[in-house]
Amino acid sequence: MTQIATERGPQHVRLVVGIWLALTAVAVPLIVLVLGPHLPPGRMTAEASSQRDANVLMTALLVPIGLLVCVAFIYSFVAFRQSGEAIVDGPPLKGHAGTQLLWIVVTGAIVVALAAWGSYTLIASSHGSGGGQGPDPIANPSGYKHALPVQVIGQQWEWTFRYPTYGSIETRDIAIPAHTLVAFHVTSLDVTHSFWAYELGVKADAVPGVDNIAYVNARRTGFFQVRCAELCGLWHGNMAKKGRVLSPQAFQAWIAAAKTKNDAVQKYLPPYNPWYFPAPLRRAG
Amino acid sequence: MSKAAKLAMVAAGIAAGAALITYYIVSYLTVTPPVVAATGSAPNANLTLQTVASFGHPPHVDWVSYLAKNPQGKWVHSTVLRVPANSTVNVTIYQFDTATGLRNPFWGEPRGTTGGTMNVDAKTLNVLNPDLASHTFAIPELGVSVPLKGVPDDAKNQCSVAPCSLSEAHTTVKFSFKTGKPGKFRWQCFVPCAAGFPLGFGGPMQSLGWMDGYLEVAG
Repeated sequence: MTQIATERGPQHVRLVVGIWLALTAVAVPLIVLVLGPHLPPGRMTAEASSQRDANVLMTALLVPIGLLVCVAFIYSFVAFRQSGEAIVDGPPLKGHAGTQLLWIVVTGAIVVALAAWGSYTLIASSHGSGGGQGPDPIANPSGYKHALPVQVIGQQWEWTFRYPTYGSIETRDIAIPAHTLVAFHVTSLDVTHSFWAYELGVKADAVPGVDNIAYVNARRTGFFQVRCAELCGLWHGNMAKKGRVLSPQAFQAWIAAAKTKNDAVQKYLPPYNPWYFPAPLRRAG
Repeated sequence: MSKAAKLAMVAAGIAAGAALITYYIVSYLTVTPPVVAATGSAPNANLTLQTVASFGHPPHVDWVSYLAKNPQGKWVHSTVLRVPANSTVNVTIYQFDTATGLRNPFWGEPRGTTGGTMNVDAKTLNVLNPDLASHTFAIPELGVSVPLKGVPDDAKNQCSVAPCSLSEAHTTVKFSFKTGKPGKFRWQCFVPCAAGFPLGFGGPMQSLGWMDGYLEVAG
């Protein structure tokens, strides 16, 4: 069998490459055209769109590589199957400089191209791409100085939200207006959490004593899931809620209702601060 | 050291590690607080709880904790509570711990209760000064959150061992909330009240049966 395989080496290579090319020609268009529109996190915001584009590109690039491995693996099982007689050593393998060079160049080019594209998406084209940029963002969208600030406060195990533009009211629910640049100021009262607004394409760490800013501009109204993406204790998995993107008019009505709903406790809230720090309590001594 | 001895040491280390992991998993799966059912039946049920500053018994003598009263009137060290679905649950909490204040004053307002209020020592309140709070009783998924007023630091006859009796210094907090469909919901205290742990967040704040539990809404 080994002798046959060696003699027919070029034929095997042509077959493997042929099968791989055929499968790739089918799979990649399917990924881009059929699977792509369903890949997370959707297109509710420009930030989410850039993340979906990244997911589509990554999948379209990685599937041919995976297919090559699978085709070679399965083909080897079938074509080089040993049966009956005892297994004997095959001929020694020798390196092929051309193949190795090609492999290094191709994989290197893919990695460098993805890094360049990712960096461009992160910094230049998408306002930080939904990630928290710390208190002094370097990727500021146009008009960022007039962005609507929404403070996100993580605490074991719940999120609350403050709206400094509207009397610094605090709410259990989150809503933001569509077609409006929003600056999330993410912080924490205790341990490190991570504010992950899935459909908005926002994920920003919530760290005590830090004002972590992430920009987003929702293109349409709808709902978005909020999760904690940082293991933060016993009920980490339950730190979830549903947020809303409302029309600007509906948002104003929502804010007015939230003010009324939380009015009783308003006088006890501390002045708005970019961050809070969990000062030790007596009991914690 | 001989090769056999080295192998034996490695094997012993692996066995010890495996035993510890097994012990941890078995402990986690088997040490679940008992279920305490509310009294009454749909559409009205009653839950009676108490909070104590220190449990006073092994395995954690000085941990802060909730206790629940079972239908036979006995205090049980548990935070797994069962209430009927589609009912009004009337809750009474005897609060024996002193005030430590809320880290987030936002939780000073009772939410998700009937009328948006609570009754503290026979007074109806729609907000509690956050500095006076000792704990909260919160079921986030049901939107329920109620601050519990602590007893004054200088109160006489403070309770130190659970279960506490009503002859000892306490505040009484009453409120009602409605249940909907059957389900299992976590509940917790929002005050970092774990004395002796960094910033008050360890131990009883991270443990079922102490300051965290489940509300089982049964059909």
